[in-house]
Amino acid sequence: MIIADPACLQVDNVSMTFNLPDKRTVDALKKIYIELHQGELLSILGPSGCGKTTLLTIIAGFLTPTDGQIILNGKTVRGPGPERGMVFQQGALFEWMNVRKNIGFGLIMKGISGKTADRRVDELLETVGLHGFGNKPVYELSGGMQQRVALARCLANDPDVILMDEPLGALDALTREKMQELILKLWNDSGKTIILITHSVEEALLLGERLIVMAPGPGHIHKEYRLPFASLATEENLREIKKLDDYSKRREEILSMIWDMEEEIMRRNV
Amino acid sequence: MLMLILYIILFVFIYFIHKLVTKLFTSNHGFNKRKNITFGDESAVHPNRAASIFSIVTLFLIWAAFTGSKLSPLHVPGPFIGDTSFSYTALNAQNQKDDATVYVRVSYIGEEFEKPAISDKKQSGFAKDDAVKVGAWRSALIGVQKNDDGAKKKDYQVIAINGQSIEPKQSVHVKNGVVTMTSKGNLSFTPSKGWQMEPVWLPAPEAVFKRFLEITRHGYQNITLFENVGWSLLRVIAGFLLGSVVGIPLGYAMGLNSYFRGWFDPIVEFMRPVPPLALIPLIIIWFGIWETGKISLLFLAALWIMAIAARAGVSGVNISKIHAAYSLGASKWQVLIYVIIPNSLPEIFTGARVAMGVCWGTVVAAELVAAEKGAGKMIIAASKFQQTDIVIIGIILIGIVGYGIDIFMRKAENILVPWKGKG
Repeated sequence: MIIADPACLQVDNVSMTFNLPDKRTVDALKKIYIELHQGELLSILGPSGCGKTTLLTIIAGFLTPTDGQIILNGKTVRGPGPERGMVFQQGALFEWMNVRKNIGFGLIMKGISGKTADRRVDELLETVGLHGFGNKPVYELSGGMQQRVALARCLANDPDVILMDEPLGALDALTREKMQELILKLWNDSGKTIILITHSVEEALLLGERLIVMAPGPGHIHKEYRLPFASLATEENLREIKKLDDYSKRREEILSMIWDMEEEIMRRNV
Repeated sequence: MLMLILYIILFVFIYFIHKLVTKLFTSNHGFNKRKNITFGDESAVHPNRAASIFSIVTLFLIWAAFTGSKLSPLHVPGPFIGDTSFSYTALNAQNQKDDATVYVRVSYIGEEFEKPAISDKKQSGFAKDDAVKVGAWRSALIGVQKNDDGAKKKDYQVIAINGQSIEPKQSVHVKNGVVTMTSKGNLSFTPSKGWQMEPVWLPAPEAVFKRFLEITRHGYQNITLFENVGWSLLRVIAGFLLGSVVGIPLGYAMGLNSYFRGWFDPIVEFMRPVPPLALIPLIIIWFGIWETGKISLLFLAALWIMAIAARAGVSGVNISKIHAAYSLGASKWQVLIYVIIPNSLPEIFTGARVAMGVCWGTVVAAELVAAEKGAGKMIIAASKFQQTDIVIIGIILIGIVGYGIDIFMRKAENILVPWKGKG
């Protein structure tokens, strides 16, 4: 066990209030506090409207919180930057570039080109299992392959934290499982800090070394878990893990928790 | 009207023949043949190229049939050509009646021909036989009285044609034509026109083709066909390029900055629905009738379309792409160059296609108003001399060039923005 180093990413009491055009205000997030250490994989789960995407957008630096701050490696985040890579659900690839150019985009932005960049892109193609697809236009790839490109593009910048906003949400069940294995493998091999937002309880349980369940109105942390499954999965097949008693118990617990939240939202809206 | 009915009949007739033939000679392979539902399935509907060919052939056949062309084996009845005659009955001042015959020869305008000779001339009576010549589709006044005895007297009058009584402003149908009496009591003969079109209205296809060869070789009014079409195209390209050079950056600015959007929105939204043709008078007042005027007009025609297309291209960018670029370390400038501009290209190409079409239409109209050279100028000049064949050549050329521009733009689009609609 590594001795916990100082937090690499700190979400310091972040609150977010939106002003609507009709002068109403909506509290999206209230006093969120998260400390994340180097190499941790955190999944965030919650019913729709709980503010999890808003939180990720704030961490990425696209929004400034109304209160609190994001601190990365001791520095306050003031905008988007290459040290926080993002993987979106879909539609974020540049379809006017082929696979290689998409992956090498961050390198070009940094001014790295030529053989160094080529070698890096080749490595990444290998890493995400897209060897030989480098010169294809991205729109000819399947959804799963496109997400592999998105992962590789993000890794090319060697970010400190990878932020994933429902990266597998648009994929079919089989592709999804393969991609979950890939994400775990990348996490294990690279030792990156990852925050993953998901809708799927199974995915949150399997991939999250830590799991935060958020609740709406205003968005806050409802419960936090430390889970063994992500570490187990490096040795064990994902499907084997799903058979574990502990796994199904946790799944039921979280499912009913979210179920109750959804019921609560329904009741409030009526 | 007759042409329309014939066209519809041919359409239905060929449809059934084609259906029958394809049923007899094609096997039931091909995916669409396996579909049980094709009505309402858009993917099962594709342009039937055989029908396109039939359509063009039908148009030419109708054109040929109604102009008496040699290209068509069948024709609608043409105008009466040849000799005919009718008789009239006159009443003189002495209340005597007498009959005489009018011999008529009808031939095409432009051909040299003589009046018919009067065979076995009537010897007795005060009414004398007459001979006249008339051009097809025309009518001729017949001075029947001129050679009649006593026709100068006040009470002399023609009272019947072929035995049918006639009065001023009435007509009598005779063989191969109509005889009309004018209000002053003169006779006028109009030979049967048939259903064919007079060449001044619609020349036969081969006549048009002959004229086409002639003006490609020798030009029209000392200006070759190539020059005419080339000048129109040059104007379109100049106006379109100027419009794009100003319009695209303007559209980007409107798509990227609220102040620009607010400032130019009223102008663009106001100018967009104003048809460029409505600007011609003002443009002539401001810039005169020379090239400056025409190119300014085309510039204005292209400007708003390109600005709106560029604006739509910028607005249409998926925010995830922008966020992705920033979080990969791109600067504002890099986002513009690497993301916003390529992302807007499909919209800009669509706009360019529309703009080229509008410019082409506008240039022809502008040349109708005033020009030295140009496709529009050629047809307006020809129309003033009733050279319908040149007008038709001009219209066909304008259509072909316009279609060619569209095909060219589509091909360019496929090559330059292959990712269109795939984001």
